[in-house]
Amino acid sequence: MAGANIRFDKQADGGYLLDVKGYGCPHVQIYTEKALKKLASGEELSVVFDNPSSGESISFMCMLDGHSLLERKDEGGTFAWRIRKA
Amino acid sequence: MSPDQVLDAGRPAAPAPAAVKRRGPLVSAALLAAALLVSLAYLAADLRFGYLLVYAWFGIGYGVLLQYGRFCMASAVRDLFAVGVPRMAVGVLVAVILYALISAGIQAAGFNSFHAHPLGWHVPAGGLLFGLGMVLAGGCASSSLYKSGEGNLGSVLVLFAISFSQAWMVSAGGGLNRLVPEAWARQAAAQDMPAELSITDGWFDQFTAGYLWPLGGGTLVDRLEWPAQWWSYLFGNALLVAILPSLILLSLLYALNYRKVYLRQQGLRVLSWRGELRGLWSLLTQSRNTALAGAGLGLLAGLQMLVTGELRELHGIFNFGELLAAMGHTGGLSLQDSVFDPGYWYITTQEAQWGGWALAQAGVEMRDNLFFGLDNGLPSPWLNAPGMMSLGIIVGAAVLANISGEFKWKWPNAETALLAIAGGVLMGVGSRIGMGCNIGAFFATVTNGDASGWVFLLGMALGGYLSVKLLKAWIDWRLARSGLDF
Repeated sequence: MAGANIRFDKQADGGYLLDVKGYGCPHVQIYTEKALKKLASGEELSVVFDNPSSGESISFMCMLDGHSLLERKDEGGTFAWRIRKA
Repeated sequence: MSPDQVLDAGRPAAPAPAAVKRRGPLVSAALLAAALLVSLAYLAADLRFGYLLVYAWFGIGYGVLLQYGRFCMASAVRDLFAVGVPRMAVGVLVAVILYALISAGIQAAGFNSFHAHPLGWHVPAGGLLFGLGMVLAGGCASSSLYKSGEGNLGSVLVLFAISFSQAWMVSAGGGLNRLVPEAWARQAAAQDMPAELSITDGWFDQFTAGYLWPLGGGTLVDRLEWPAQWWSYLFGNALLVAILPSLILLSLLYALNYRKVYLRQQGLRVLSWRGELRGLWSLLTQSRNTALAGAGLGLLAGLQMLVTGELRELHGIFNFGELLAAMGHTGGLSLQDSVFDPGYWYITTQEAQWGGWALAQAGVEMRDNLFFGLDNGLPSPWLNAPGMMSLGIIVGAAVLANISGEFKWKWPNAETALLAIAGGVLMGVGSRIGMGCNIGAFFATVTNGDASGWVFLLGMALGGYLSVKLLKAWIDWRLARSGLDF
């Protein structure tokens, strides 16, 4: 059976990448929350996911915690969002 | 292991995104054209199939709205506990308020087809199991349908697990008989039942006849014996049972979760009463898609009751089984010549029928129990009107997901497949004990004046809370062994 990757690492540009493609609710939200906790204020996280409903919750989570949603890309059901931690 | 290691490897190559977007609207048009052609074929066979098609097309409407709002009642509970997000809880409560208002009007017009649920320990117990399952599975019963329409094959697994676990639950005897209390067995044995039913064999039959049947249930207006007037339904069933509790919950969500954010956004430390109301409105409209979907679902659910009620009056029937018999399709009818035909939004019972029908085709005896044999029947999937509503939800969600470019085939990995099956089984068992899912046992009950739905929600919230704790512990355990730097 084909599977999904979870990837969380620091990129060359200093930002972090969290790849949770293949996971649904609430895994995507939980991993995103955990990753954001790991970052220092002002650092950026790119979250890549393909469960549309998780996006609504991540967006709301950013609003609640004051994080900035810098960029949203949607390509064929795969979403790449860039978040700056408050 | 390196920081960028994977927990599970391998993923099929996806088509180029641009190509998917170009193809999406064409796929949506093809799906709608196919739905239209199938509808015409039904009507060409017999115009009375219009009754079944009303279910199917309302299902398509639900599917579109569910996908548009990413509407998942599981997340109403789960996201609140998991990440402190009240988005979906707000959407559900908006839907409850609107559906309750429309339902009061339908009750006053005499078209209401709602049956109140008996209230007992089984309601919170079923809710608890359902809540445990929906978090593990990644969605409730209805969201698993719309996510299937988005191409999520893990959600398809959930549907299979819900269907077959229910079919097993209502028909299983053997070792389960040993769990039947003596009082239930005595009460069940005293029932005068047709010889085709083996009512004293099977946990669920004895639970139904020995425990459920003696219990009472009713709407607030019924319990208070208020007159069958519009104001009784509006103030009793809608306002007291559905709207006031929803407003209280919305106020709590605002006060405990959202108010501090609103204060921060406004740069204020205190708010006037007008400011508080503006803050509450801001909470309601914060997730536009979810709030609009909630409003649309509430309106559509009420409209479905009205249309089905009108059709029943037109055909002079109480149940679709009568129409099926008149059309010569008697094979799937229950001993009462009826089939499951709630006349409103419902999810799990028709999925139990799918599982039961498939097992019956494989030669398993599925008609000697009360659930299929006496109450709901076992029609083939293409004659199952509420089942067509569920298929409609998948189609409706697929139509919108293809238009918006969000459709994507997603294979579950081993972890999500196991969670889907475990969660689906728990939801299936929970929905049979609790007499429905978050739609049938909560949404449809409280909006029709039956407070048992709030008890189901309490159980479901507790199950959801426990399951979130369990899932977070599982994720932490997995991460601790993965080497990922979380």
